[in-house]
Amino acid sequence: MSWGERLEKLDRRWIFLAVGFLVLIPLLFPFKLPIAVSGPARRYFEAVDKIPDGSTVVVSGDFDPASAPELMPMLTSSVRHLFRKNCKIIALQLWPGGPPLVDGVLHSLGDEMGKKYGVDYVNLGYKSGNEVVMLAFGTSFSRTFPNDYSGTPVKQLPLMQKNDNFETTKLLVNISAGYPGTKEWVQQAQGRFHITMVSGSTAVQAPELYPYLQSGQVLGLLGGMAGAAEYEKSTGVLGPATKGMDAQSSAHVFIMFLILLGNAIYFARRNAQGRA
Amino acid sequence: MSFFKQHLPVWLTAIIGVLTILSFFMPHPLIADPAETLQNWAIVIVASGYVLGAANVLKVNGEDVARRRTNWPYKIVLLASMIGMMIIGFFMSGGTHFLDAGTKFTWAYNNLYVPMQATMFALLAFFIASAAFRAFRIRTIDAGLLAIAALIVMIGRVPIGQWLTKDLPEPWQLPVWASWLLEWPQNAAKRGIAIGAGLGVMATGLRIILGIERNYMREDKS
Repeated sequence: MSWGERLEKLDRRWIFLAVGFLVLIPLLFPFKLPIAVSGPARRYFEAVDKIPDGSTVVVSGDFDPASAPELMPMLTSSVRHLFRKNCKIIALQLWPGGPPLVDGVLHSLGDEMGKKYGVDYVNLGYKSGNEVVMLAFGTSFSRTFPNDYSGTPVKQLPLMQKNDNFETTKLLVNISAGYPGTKEWVQQAQGRFHITMVSGSTAVQAPELYPYLQSGQVLGLLGGMAGAAEYEKSTGVLGPATKGMDAQSSAHVFIMFLILLGNAIYFARRNAQGRA
Repeated sequence: MSFFKQHLPVWLTAIIGVLTILSFFMPHPLIADPAETLQNWAIVIVASGYVLGAANVLKVNGEDVARRRTNWPYKIVLLASMIGMMIIGFFMSGGTHFLDAGTKFTWAYNNLYVPMQATMFALLAFFIASAAFRAFRIRTIDAGLLAIAALIVMIGRVPIGQWLTKDLPEPWQLPVWASWLLEWPQNAAKRGIAIGAGLGVMATGLRIILGIERNYMREDKS
């Protein structure tokens, strides 16, 4: 058996082991490679930074634990950035598996930065219905979510007494892992309610959102962990996304190496067969 | 019977469809109020779907377990997990405040659901690596172009791409190439697909509203 055949028949568990090591080693011993901020991430930061201090902002966290490593750093940085500007946050979720994650970020940062629930931020929780919820929410926050995440009637919360639709809000921050998410917010609500919007999404989904970025319907875009790390760099508070970038770098290089190696073997064998 | 089975659904669909479209352009209460009521009905119907979905999971998997069909032991785990979470949520987590911090439901979410779902998604990285080695073969020019674009974006979107080419003039740096690929050729293709899909959705919507498309009644009269 030639070396090419042997490599082709390599037990895939060796590849799994190599990926494991290549992810683990940079997490334990970071290379600290410099991170450059891309155009879409810079525009995301600028869109958030540009809104007047003290504005009300809607944050829709449409993801679940599967995408948490990519999207939680974006959500955390966004909420921190908004709280720093004394913005008021009204949060909602359209994915059933994610509400406790969003609630955890709001409360931990709220406590850390001296924000009061009901006055500085509110979590409305999850509502099923996807696009219909977006439409209904744009018409009336309180009629779509009569109670908040923990069951308190929203009419009792001072922040919700002042805000019942997008007319009084300055920005929609959507952190999304797929359907329903940024695409649906743009299609159903952005144009209809004249919302200024930014989006953070998984790396897989980000290319699909570039048309909305180019048209200005989405002002800024964070794509995957790389986007989250760029935003962390922009806000000056480095977090888990920055730590994860070295591991992502090494994993990407390894996958590139595997693509090239696999094709080198393929062409070598094809040439050998052609000569025979 | 044909009125209730054929005509009434078509008329209801047409009226609700037209009302929903009109509400987009006319905020007058005569249009907006009924449209909002319909939206609320839709939310209630979708929520009811979850109950049906849960009942369906119980029925389908319960039957598979009872008849010892393929992979039935895994289905026992599924049913036990589902029923277990429901019991924890309904009866062991302080009633309507089951989502509050410190409840048993929240504990199960944080310590079981979150790590298991994250693990499932993380497995993707391992399988992508294996597939990259075994399946990604450059057999045609199209596949070659795809491979070149993929390699540039993969390396250009991570810091090592920036570091490797940092001393080159800006137009030759990998992140610049990756951004160009994402913002121009990729964007043009995506935009074409989106416009095509949008036109298709509009055409299908019109066919449904006009009663030409009746597949939703499980009886195609077109």
